[in-house]
Amino acid sequence: MALVREVLRQRRRGLTLARNLTCTEGEFLMAAGAVERIVTAWMSIGLPWGVSKVMRHYVESGKVALEEWSHLALGLRFRAGAMGVPFLPALTMLGSDLMAVGGTKTLQDPYTGETLAAVPALFPDVALLHVHRADRFGNCQIDGYPHMDADIARAAATVVVTTEEIVSDEETRRHPDRTVIPGFLVDALVLVPFGSFPHECYGLYEADFDHFAEYTAAIDAEGPQAVAGYLERYAYAPPTFADYLDLFGGERLARQVRRARELTVDA
Amino acid sequence: MSAPNASELLAVMASRQLRDDTTVFAGVGVPLLAAALAKQRHAPRLTLVIEGGIIGPEIAPGRLPISTNEMRAGRRAQMLPGITDAFLFAQRGFVDVGFMGGAQIDQYGNINTTAIGDYWKPTVRLPGTGGANDIASLCREVIIVTAHEKRRFVPRVAFVTSPAWLAGDGARRAAGLLFGGVSRVVTTLGLLGFDPETKRMRIEATHPGVSVDDIQANTGFELGRAPTIETTEPPSADELEMLRALDPERRFLG
Repeated sequence: MALVREVLRQRRRGLTLARNLTCTEGEFLMAAGAVERIVTAWMSIGLPWGVSKVMRHYVESGKVALEEWSHLALGLRFRAGAMGVPFLPALTMLGSDLMAVGGTKTLQDPYTGETLAAVPALFPDVALLHVHRADRFGNCQIDGYPHMDADIARAAATVVVTTEEIVSDEETRRHPDRTVIPGFLVDALVLVPFGSFPHECYGLYEADFDHFAEYTAAIDAEGPQAVAGYLERYAYAPPTFADYLDLFGGERLARQVRRARELTVDA
Repeated sequence: MSAPNASELLAVMASRQLRDDTTVFAGVGVPLLAAALAKQRHAPRLTLVIEGGIIGPEIAPGRLPISTNEMRAGRRAQMLPGITDAFLFAQRGFVDVGFMGGAQIDQYGNINTTAIGDYWKPTVRLPGTGGANDIASLCREVIIVTAHEKRRFVPRVAFVTSPAWLAGDGARRAAGLLFGGVSRVVTTLGLLGFDPETKRMRIEATHPGVSVDDIQANTGFELGRAPTIETTEPPSADELEMLRALDPERRFLG
């Protein structure tokens, strides 16, 4: 979120956002006019809040193109990029209308003649990632869900990472099995505690569902233009990420830390 | 114990479809709730797989996940392989059952969760496939869990997000999908299946108090009839008690 906030603050335009699950950050980039296209498997905030009204507004009016891939197909696009190969064969999406959306071609297995989907590699210009800890060389460790971050870091031309904590070289060497992104992939590293808030960071803080409920309630009441007011308050007005976190307050952050522990360490 | 509402009936009927010692790819919402109920009640060795990249979680009562990739979904998991690799277990053939909902379903079991109208100029844009396409493509068997409404059961879906039998008659295999396909559709009115030859949807059972005509009247195409049509057992008191304890906030049970 710290990195998305910075993209917004720099008033970027004409971007393509690629990520499997697109949530509030996608809505922010749509409403700010930063993205022309979103490449994703799914976009909304979460089941209790229904279909994203902001997404519907921008996609149905043709302002933003939503290019849909299946979860696995998009994951394999990043993996093909990570492997440095132009495509990967897959057994998914075959026979569905998703094949035509992204122009996925089929190929015949040269050994058996079976039909396979040839999922094209995706090489992002920039990867924006948040990790649990990194050392000064950029070696990154992630706890809990690895998502697709290691593949995305390998596939991208430039990698920018925010981290909850910067640890010593010795600390990395004590748990090298936890390192999922080697330092030689990383172009920039920034220390940003709570850097994904109000989204979660596994084991450290739970997503702030109350905040999402407030955000969606404002959109339900005022329509998609409510996002402009939200961005003013949370992205443009607070000069630093610490100022941004102050809008939530220490008590709220502490509560989310406690909830994360209940679900992981103490579960 | 009060009578079940539609969501409770659906969750209980769905949970009975799951067998012990199997793996199930469960979508968030009623399918996951039904899987959690099955695991608690009659299938203790049921392994849940969730598309956020989670294997073997134990969902806590009152802490039901709202998305597939958050800590609630991965509580006490046995493995967190990442999203791509979780689906690759299915592609390799290790996931017995895909268990999911659907916005719009047709007579061959194909599902649309993408858009109504032209894809690039939609009248209504839905959230999209997520992992539903992969689950429908790659699990050994797929069970759909959905409210039974005429507007959801259409002759042909506007967009095939998740393939079942496509146009029937071998179309799935011809497209390159090696196994799987929708075997059951659990609804608020009864249990539907597919004719083994034509792969068209048919009525297999009705829930208590529901007639075959009621099901047909709430479906937008002509349903076949299984040779024998059963009546399901109503949800028992202990099924309802366990289910309600799982979702005390009524997030998914309404």
